[in-house]
Amino acid sequence: MANLVEIRGLRVEARTDSGRRVEIIRGVDLDVAPGEILALIGESGSGKTTIALTLMGYARPGCRIVGGSVHVDGHDMAALPEAARAALRGTTVAYIPQSAAAAFNPARTVMDQVTEVARIHDLMPPEEARARAVALFRALALPEPETIGARYPHQVSGGQLQRLSAAMALIGRPKLVIFDEPTTALDVTTQIEVLRAFKSVMKDSGAAGVYVSHDLAVVAQVADRITVLKGGAVQEVGATAQILSAPAHPYTRALLDAFEPAGGPRAAPAPSGRPLLAVTDLVAGYGPIGRDGRPAVTALKAVSLTVERGDNLGIIGESGCGKSTLARVIAGIIAPVSGSIAFDGAPLAPGLRARSRDALRRLQIVFQLADTALNPAQSVGDILGRPLTFYHGRRGREREAGVDALLDMVRLPRALRHRLPEELSGGQKQRVNLARALAAEPELVICDEITSALDTVVAAAIIALLGDLQRELGLSYIFISHDLSMVRSICDRIAVMYAGEKIEELAPAAFGQAGTHAYSRLLHASMPKLDPGWLDGLAQQAEPPAWPAPAPAVP
Amino acid sequence: MKSQIPSLVLGRILVALLTLLVVSFTIFCATELLPGDVAEVLLGQAATPEAVAGLRRAMHLDEPALLRFLRWLGGLLTGDLGTSYANHLPVAQLIGGRLVNTLKLAAVTALISVPVALATGIAAAVLRGSLFDRIVTALAIGVVSVPEFMVATSAVLLFAVYLKWLPALSFTSEVQSVWQLLRVFIMPVITLSFVISAQMIRMTRAAVIEALSKPYAEMALLKGASRLRIVLRHALPNAVGPIVNAVALSLSYLLGGVIIVETIFNYPGIAKLMVDAVSTRDLPLIQTCAMVFCLGYLALITTADILAILANPRLR
Repeated sequence: MANLVEIRGLRVEARTDSGRRVEIIRGVDLDVAPGEILALIGESGSGKTTIALTLMGYARPGCRIVGGSVHVDGHDMAALPEAARAALRGTTVAYIPQSAAAAFNPARTVMDQVTEVARIHDLMPPEEARARAVALFRALALPEPETIGARYPHQVSGGQLQRLSAAMALIGRPKLVIFDEPTTALDVTTQIEVLRAFKSVMKDSGAAGVYVSHDLAVVAQVADRITVLKGGAVQEVGATAQILSAPAHPYTRALLDAFEPAGGPRAAPAPSGRPLLAVTDLVAGYGPIGRDGRPAVTALKAVSLTVERGDNLGIIGESGCGKSTLARVIAGIIAPVSGSIAFDGAPLAPGLRARSRDALRRLQIVFQLADTALNPAQSVGDILGRPLTFYHGRRGREREAGVDALLDMVRLPRALRHRLPEELSGGQKQRVNLARALAAEPELVICDEITSALDTVVAAAIIALLGDLQRELGLSYIFISHDLSMVRSICDRIAVMYAGEKIEELAPAAFGQAGTHAYSRLLHASMPKLDPGWLDGLAQQAEPPAWPAPAPAVP
Repeated sequence: MKSQIPSLVLGRILVALLTLLVVSFTIFCATELLPGDVAEVLLGQAATPEAVAGLRRAMHLDEPALLRFLRWLGGLLTGDLGTSYANHLPVAQLIGGRLVNTLKLAAVTALISVPVALATGIAAAVLRGSLFDRIVTALAIGVVSVPEFMVATSAVLLFAVYLKWLPALSFTSEVQSVWQLLRVFIMPVITLSFVISAQMIRMTRAAVIEALSKPYAEMALLKGASRLRIVLRHALPNAVGPIVNAVALSLSYLLGGVIIVETIFNYPGIAKLMVDAVSTRDLPLIQTCAMVFCLGYLALITTADILAILANPRLR
């Protein structure tokens, strides 16, 4: 057999909560040559992780391989008995999980878990396994390779854990490594380090790889070939360069288009004398307030910014930089320790309770996760109707008409009003989440990472919707995100935050130019590009810019 | 990183001591509330008012309650448990042998029920959804719902009255051989084991299932680990906290359950002593017995908390 992996006619069935059987993988054929890296790309629910897991002869609880063959190195993983599959896991096929933070056992040391594969399969004596692990730590550019193994998972950062999970996968010298969205949960600057480490160890080991991702730009850096999936079926297969430059399938083109979200041209904001929102020297944090008047953990250190009416302000920074705290302080959920907030010229009370209903109405916030922000026990009609009653006193037929208008506004069918949030897709939920804020008829909407949990294509549609709504309703947005390309497509000004401070405010076009702050340039350079040579090009630019590691996330 | 363990453990022990102080005050107040005057009870109905007053003075019963509480607490701390009102023997002497008997019963019960319960709970979690799991779960729920006096009386009816295999009452004085020891212990132990095992099985099963559903258990599977290894090396270390707590709570239940079981089987333990003391209104004895039970309870709970702290690597 010439190919390392040959999947033929693979079908996987899932059982839904109601007991119905649904075919989630519908006759997939795949090949991977020895040493080749194949990317599986598609949105959530496209079956990419399910296919990758069948390479280990594994289907998640509730799923079952019902047809076809999965040949890996001559063994049909779909047909082998469980004990034989277990013998191949970790030795022939290894797995790098999406969230290493969850996949490492919190009760055991890193070294214990990295070398466990060698113990399970009796591959080598313990000293040799430890020596090999340390060599892998070094190859993965981990700090203190000799001693990092003695730590527990919670004592290691997310990016480091992700690299440690690569060491855990490679210790058994597998012929095939499965990468299950291994950088999705990381910040862009961390993602570069992890990708670079992956690429170099994969080159050294000569193993083949299957790289599961929804991010075309990331995949462009590591994969030789790309398979595009949708609805459990292969849409298009081709060499990386060919898929990127000449996509044949409409879905692939949609994925590529979504990569550079285009904000529509907006009417120039009407000049007005005073800013819509002015924040001055805001200090906020968590924990008890000390004798010096500062909280135990300071998340914001004297942040000032203004938003003009009709303007959009982007706030960008890595996890733990304080951007979400800033959103909460402006919205009144957290009272600041010091500093002032003025809305439309009038001072805004620090806490939510002290604000008038009208002040609340004019300033709305949309949270990142619609899943947790929408009450699962209320129908969409209720969720949207309550603010209509609360802010505008609308009841009965008037309220029903308002709900219909809101659903129209966010381009959802009116029939959805009787559904519960769990019966909606991720994108639909986020639209309901947005419509709830619009129900108040606000002037300023704070969008806190509202697209980060969505697939690229869905997120691009939400961004386009925000642009349309702005033209129709004359809104202003504060758009908080760690995704620079998203922020750039919709904002007039972008504030860069780092470790609780606003270090710079730039026009979108100024990003990456000389004369800007080193950290802004680093963020700009870390944004993955579709160009397959981007990562290697970066690697040649000496070392990454000298900049301290981001402060740990606020607990 | 500085370890937080010493300060956490110390804090836990201080809280336990504080609780003990509050408990001792509560016990003292509760016994004060018992109806009837001790001096009158002791002297009988023919006593003259002068004699009663004299006895009250001699027993310090005329002093304010707070002073008597402090006197009693001071006595406890210096090892002076007081003198029994009923037979004028030192309380320490009365309790000594009985406490050993009760501890023997508790120890035998724990030795049998804890390993059996943990093994059953873990097995049920691993074989989740199987016939074995369903039978264990149904039985556990059934046993939890049945009060121990019901189990105890049924056991007596079945084994002593109907089958005549075992004696209905326990006389430790007659113990000459291992077989006799077994005969004395078997019914109380079975009754107590039944009641405390059910709770431990349920909690262990839930804790292990929770740990097995975590991504690290799936990761272990994808590393080629066997089922046994996933359970023992990956799931159990993370389930230790809840399991230890369930064991401690169940064992502390022994202290309460033992009162009923000792009474039904007439087993000469401390609980039987306490029940008898209540009927003779022997306040020092009641108070000390209650303190012994509370001390046992607190010791178990505190040990469980400390073990859970030690098992959490985030605090190491």
